[in-house]
Amino acid sequence: MGEFDFSVWQPSLPFIRDGLLFTLRLTLVAMSGGIVIGTLLALARLSPIAPLSRIAGAYVDLMRSIPLVLVILWFFLVIPFITGSPVGAETSAVITFTAFEAAFYCEIMRSGIQSVPRGQVDAAQALGLGQAQTMVHVILPQAVRNMIPVLLTQTIVLFQDTSLVYAIGAKDMLKAADVVGKNYNRPVEMIMLSALIYFAICFSLSLAVKQLQKRVAIIR
Amino acid sequence: MNTRTATLACLILAALAAPALAQDASGTLKKIKDNGSITLGIRESSYPLSYLDDKQQPVGYHIDVCNRIVDAIKTRLKLPALKVQHQAVTSQNRIPLVTNGTVDLECGSTTNNEARQKQVAFAPTTFVTNVRMAVKKASGIKSLDQLAGKPVATTSGTTSVQLVRAHEKGKGIDFKEVYGKDHADAFLMLETDRAVAFVLDDNLLAGLIVSSKSPADYAIVGEVLNIEPIAIMLRRDDPAFKKLVNEAVIGLMKSGELDKLYTRWFLSPIPPKNVSMNFPMSEALKHLIKAPNDAPAESFNKK
Amino acid sequence: MNYHWNWGIFLEQVKSGDETYVDWLVTGLGWTLAVSLTAWIIALSIGIAVGALRTTPSRLLVLLANAWVELFRNIPLLVQMFLWFFVVPEFLPRDWSLWVKQDMPAKEFVTAALCLGFFTSSRVAEQVRAGVGSLPRGQRDAALALGLTLPQAYRQVILPQALRIVIPPLTSEFMNVFKNSSVAFAIGVLELTFQARQMQEDSEQGIETYLAVTLLYFICAFTANRGMALIEARTRVPGLIARTG
Repeated sequence: MGEFDFSVWQPSLPFIRDGLLFTLRLTLVAMSGGIVIGTLLALARLSPIAPLSRIAGAYVDLMRSIPLVLVILWFFLVIPFITGSPVGAETSAVITFTAFEAAFYCEIMRSGIQSVPRGQVDAAQALGLGQAQTMVHVILPQAVRNMIPVLLTQTIVLFQDTSLVYAIGAKDMLKAADVVGKNYNRPVEMIMLSALIYFAICFSLSLAVKQLQKRVAIIR
Repeated sequence: MNTRTATLACLILAALAAPALAQDASGTLKKIKDNGSITLGIRESSYPLSYLDDKQQPVGYHIDVCNRIVDAIKTRLKLPALKVQHQAVTSQNRIPLVTNGTVDLECGSTTNNEARQKQVAFAPTTFVTNVRMAVKKASGIKSLDQLAGKPVATTSGTTSVQLVRAHEKGKGIDFKEVYGKDHADAFLMLETDRAVAFVLDDNLLAGLIVSSKSPADYAIVGEVLNIEPIAIMLRRDDPAFKKLVNEAVIGLMKSGELDKLYTRWFLSPIPPKNVSMNFPMSEALKHLIKAPNDAPAESFNKK
Repeated sequence: MNYHWNWGIFLEQVKSGDETYVDWLVTGLGWTLAVSLTAWIIALSIGIAVGALRTTPSRLLVLLANAWVELFRNIPLLVQMFLWFFVVPEFLPRDWSLWVKQDMPAKEFVTAALCLGFFTSSRVAEQVRAGVGSLPRGQRDAALALGLTLPQAYRQVILPQALRIVIPPLTSEFMNVFKNSSVAFAIGVLELTFQARQMQEDSEQGIETYLAVTLLYFICAFTANRGMALIEARTRVPGLIARTG
C-alpha cells in the first residue's frame, strides 16, 4: 500500500457532514421512539394479563436473537406489503431501528421498574393512588432515573449500529465515507477517518454518561 | 421464548407469503402514472455503468440509458413532470427490491442469466463483459495456470467466485481464494499483496485500475472465464412495460445514440477523476446492437 | 408478490458442481460457531481480567484497563474489522507483513476471532466491573483482613460472587457474539452471512436463503440463551442472590 494519502479527506467533508446528520437524526428518532415503545412493551411484559405479556416477551426475544443487519433487510422487504406501497430506504431505516431498539430499551426499562423497591408500591397504594397513577407518578420516574446511564449506553450502541444501514443503501456517515473512498480508490484513508469520528463522538458521549451517572444516582 | 416466538415468526412468514397484497403484475406503467414517480435502482461503484460521481449523484452509461427509457415513459404517459427517484441497490437486494415494487428499473450492472429470468425480466443487452483477472505487472503472471498455490481475490457473492472454483476443478489446480466484501476491498487485497490476482468483469477491473494510486502498475491479463450479457432489469410478467422498454432501447441502438453513449462513458474522460477508461467496444456488443436480444448468459457460453 | 418461490432450492446442486446449497449453509454454520466461540473465550478471559483491574486500587492499572475498554467499544465493529485486516499489517516490518497477509494459516479466521473477541471483551469488562462494584465493601475488607493477598481476594472471594451476579447481562453479550460474528463476512470468513450472499447470488432465491439464515442465527442465539440460563441455575448460591429484581 505504501504511503497513505490523506488529501482525500478534504473533498469528503461535505458528504461526511450530511451522512453524520442522517446518522444523528436516525439515532435521535430511534432513541425517542424506542424508549416510548420500549416502556410500553416493558409494561406489557410485566402486566398480569397473560397474552399481553407473552406477545411482548416473544417480540423482545425474537428481536434479540436475530442479527440487526438481517432485521434491517427484512423490514425493508416486508414493509411494502404492510403499507401497500414501497417506502424509501431512510424511512425504512427509521422504522426498523425504532422497532428493534424498542426491544432493548424494553429490557432496560423492565429491570429499571423491577429495581424500584416493593415498599414504594405499597406506600403509593396506601396513599390511595390507583394502579396507573402508581406507575406514572411513583414507579416510572424512579425507574427512568435508575436506568438513565444504561439507556444512554444503549444509545451509544445504537449510534454505532446505524452503520449497518449500508445493507439497504441509506446514506449514513460510514456509507458517505465508503463512497468517497471508492470514488478516489482510497478506502483505507476513509475508513480511518470514520473510525476517528465515531471514536470522538462515542467517547465524548460515554464520558458524559459517566458524569451523569455520578449526579443522578439515587442514594440508598 | 420457544413457542410464542415461533408463533410470531410464523405470522411474519405468512405476511411475507400473502399473495393478497401482491401488486397487479401488469401494473408498472399504472403504478408510475398513479404515483407520478418512477424509482431507478442504482449501484454505487459499478464503473462506468452505474456509480456515484464526486457530488455523490448517480451517473454512468446505464444511468443514461435509463434516462432515455424514462423519457419514453414520459411521452407514453403524457407525464412531462414525472419524478425520478433513485434507490441504491446491492447485488444482495436488487432482485427482491425489483420484485417487491420498490425499484421499477434497475440500472446497474446485472448479468442476464437463466436463474434470474425466473424472477425478473431484462431489457435487450446493452453491454457485454468478459470475466478476466487483474494482476500487478511486476508479478509476470499471464495466465490462470500460473496461480497454483497463490492467493486469488474475488468479491464475495459474485459469479466470479464460482467461475474460479469451476476453473480450479477443471484444471486440477489449487488457488488460495480470498474474498473482499465489495470490489474496492477485493482490489485493495491485490494492491496490498494479500492476493496476486483479482478475478472480475473486465470493465469493472479497468475502472478500479484507472482510479488506483498507480494505474501503470496493473494489467488485465489471462483467459476469458465467462462472457456475460449485462442489461437493465425490470419486473417479470409485465408485457406492456417490457414492450415499452424494449422499444426504447432498440430505438437507441438503431439511431446510433447508444454508440454515442458508449463513447461518452468508455472512451472519453469521466468523473470523478476525469480520466478515460479507453475501453473499446467488443465485437459481441457490436453484434448485439445490430441484432438486439435479451438472451441469457448461458446462450453466450454454450459453444 | 411477484416472486418465484422454490423451497426445494436447498437440496439442489450449486451451479459449479458437486455440492448442494445445504452443504454451503452447514459450512457457514461451522465457521460462525468457530468464530463466535473462539471470540467468546477471548472476550471472557480478557474481559474478566480487564474488568477486575478497573476495580483495583492501582491508578495506573485502572487507567490502562479503562483505555482498553474505551478503545474497543467506541468504534463500530465493522470498522474495527476493516482496520485489523487492512491497516494493522501495514505497520509491521515488510517480511512479517507479507507473512501475515499471504502465508499465515487461516488468516481471516484469526483476524475475525481476535477482533470480535477484543470488541466483546470491552463489554464484558464493563459488566464485570459493575458486578464487582455491586458487592458489599465488607467482602473485600474481610478477605484482606483474613490475610489473603489482593489477587487471592479477587480469585477466591470477589470474582466468584461478581461473576454470578453478572450472568444475566453476560447472557446478552454471549447472544450478541453470535449475531456480531456476521460482520466477519466483510474480511472473507466463509461464515453464514458470507454463504447467504453466495447462495443468494448463485440461486437467485434470496428470500428462501435469508429466511434459512435468519433461522440458523436465531437457533444459535437461542441455544446460547438457554445454555447460560442453565449455568445461571447451577451456579446459584442459595441465599446470595436473593435480591429483588
